[in-house]
Amino acid sequence: MKKYDIVVIGGGPAGLAAAIEAKKEGIDQILVIERDRELGGILQQCIHNGFGLHVFKEELTGPEYAERFINELRSLGIDYVLDTMVLEITEDRTVHCVSSADGYRIIESQAVILAMGCRERTRGAIAIPGYRPAGVFNAGTAQRYMNMEGYMVGKKVVILGSGDIGLIMARRMTLEGAQVMAVAELMPFSGGLTRNIVQCLDDYDIPLLLSHTITKIEGKNRVEAVTVQAVDENLKPIEGTERVYECDTLLLSVGLIPENELSRSAGVAIDNATKGPIVNESMETSVEGIFACGNVVHVHDLVDFVTEESRRAGKAAAKYVKQEMATSMAILETKAQEGIGYIVPQRIRMENVGEQLPLLMRVRNVYHKAELSVKIDGVEVKRLKKAHLAPGEMERIDLPKALIEAHLGKYISVEVVKEA
Amino acid sequence: MTKDLVCIVCPVGCRLTIEKDDTAENGYRITGNTCKRGINYAIEEMTHPTRMVPTTVKIEQAFLKRLPVRTDRPIDKKLIFEAMKVINDFTCIAPIKMGDVLIENILGTEVNIIATRSMDKV
Ligand SMILES: Cc1cc2nc3c(=O)[nH]c(=O)nc-3n(C[C@H](O)[C@H](O)[C@H](O)COP(=O)(O)OP(=O)(O)OC[C@H]3O[C@@H](n4cnc5c(N)ncnc54)[C@H](O)[C@@H]3O)c2cc1C
Ligand code: SF4
Repeated sequence: MKKYDIVVIGGGPAGLAAAIEAKKEGIDQILVIERDRELGGILQQCIHNGFGLHVFKEELTGPEYAERFINELRSLGIDYVLDTMVLEITEDRTVHCVSSADGYRIIESQAVILAMGCRERTRGAIAIPGYRPAGVFNAGTAQRYMNMEGYMVGKKVVILGSGDIGLIMARRMTLEGAQVMAVAELMPFSGGLTRNIVQCLDDYDIPLLLSHTITKIEGKNRVEAVTVQAVDENLKPIEGTERVYECDTLLLSVGLIPENELSRSAGVAIDNATKGPIVNESMETSVEGIFACGNVVHVHDLVDFVTEESRRAGKAAAKYVKQEMATSMAILETKAQEGIGYIVPQRIRMENVGEQLPLLMRVRNVYHKAELSVKIDGVEVKRLKKAHLAPGEMERIDLPKALIEAHLGKYISVEVVKEA
Repeated sequence: MTKDLVCIVCPVGCRLTIEKDDTAENGYRITGNTCKRGINYAIEEMTHPTRMVPTTVKIEQAFLKRLPVRTDRPIDKKLIFEAMKVINDFTCIAPIKMGDVLIENILGTEVNIIATRSMDKV
């Protein structure tokens, strides 16, 4: 049995960046395991531009962004296997995987990096009454069919959910000659980036129906119509507001959930708010030697942030293998307070913090002209003005190490302060 | 007359306002931008709006049926659907390298259609 220093699970942008960084830190025996037929993860189907502005200072499409990292991985001579599914990881970092070429394999590793990404919430999770005809797709599945396999999924389309994937697909289907009749969004605000509302909906006069949901699907064999209905502030459909849209396709873009069955099998503790592993400043999970990064930890909207986070995970895993990681008992926790949905990392060991501690978070609501207040043990240490905050846009605060040390306490909290 | 715009040059998505101002060098008064690119965007949006177009073309002898492509620079917004017709009539044959120019000077705009990934011959 071959023993590796680091095994990376998932060959998307997170896994690629982590492996590359670990290699640059001098680790030689690295293996990336990917279940798909190629590396690159979800980026291979995201053919639109908008990637790489932070990392490459250029605006790239998903496949271009992925190819740069794949080329780097290859040129560094890092091992990877494709068409190989990891089935289980144990607490002692033994990885069980299966492929048609090699059968069932058990691989031991000193450190493991979880980079399995996320998957789309399925329709069952949001229960729409009506038949279950053909023509109902998850937006990401439709994206894969259209952009990689070349199947047009429909001609008259209604989209439920205004996350980025739904918005991007509205434009994509319009460009390919479909008529996108409306995008319905349950919440009073969109979960997508504002630029995507402008360039994907407004540009093509596609209406965005905020505070609306789909209450009925008609059609026995294929979708024939859907009923769109306004909802009240408790998200309950309002009687009398029903509107029927004749269509042949319904795309669901109702969110992503980190894919953590494997993490659970290894005994990794999961955060209820992020649905991903609880991690510390080094992106290490609750199980020693198991690290995590990218969408498996929390859903990112910008791959650039995935890359940055994954580089930190790769670097830390290398440090762990080289036994240079400080395992301090003194731990600070982060607390999401008023208006904040979650903060990553959840736990901090100051010994391993560089000059800055990056805190990534999402707000719960849309705010104009608000402030983010950072406190240590309830004492404010930093305040940032924000012209605009929205749940669809991840916020990042870099806290200088010196600032935290000057106030050393038990927890760091962040809250939204609305303008008086 | 002032107009509200959202800058789409980068994901920050600054909210801009633009107003004609004959005393300004470029003829407009623009506020709300975080960087200079926002100014250019606002002026272009008022005078001749353009967009990047990412899409796919048919590919033969590759492991997938579609190859992702994009315009190598933004194209006149009014020409997007016409350009899509040309792109959808085009078929390429593997192998293709990322960055290869597949359609040159589309619709006489000087914009090229380039491959956004490599695909080997199978
Ligand atoms: C539809 C969509 C549109 C997006 N648009 C943009 C955009 O415009 N701009 C932007 O910057 N970002 C965008 N993003 C975000 C960005 O692409 C993602 O955040 C990024 O791809 C996440 O990287 P990842 O490596 O964590 O996950 P992924 O890319 O999902 O990669 C995870 C990989 O792990 C593999 N895997 C999972 N489980 C196993 C297993 N058990 N065994 C082996 N392999 C496994 C998967 O096959 C996959 O290849 C978009 C995301 C989506 C989903
Ligand atoms: S003004 Fe600059 S920072 Fe703001 S959205 Fe435009 S390009 Fe981005």
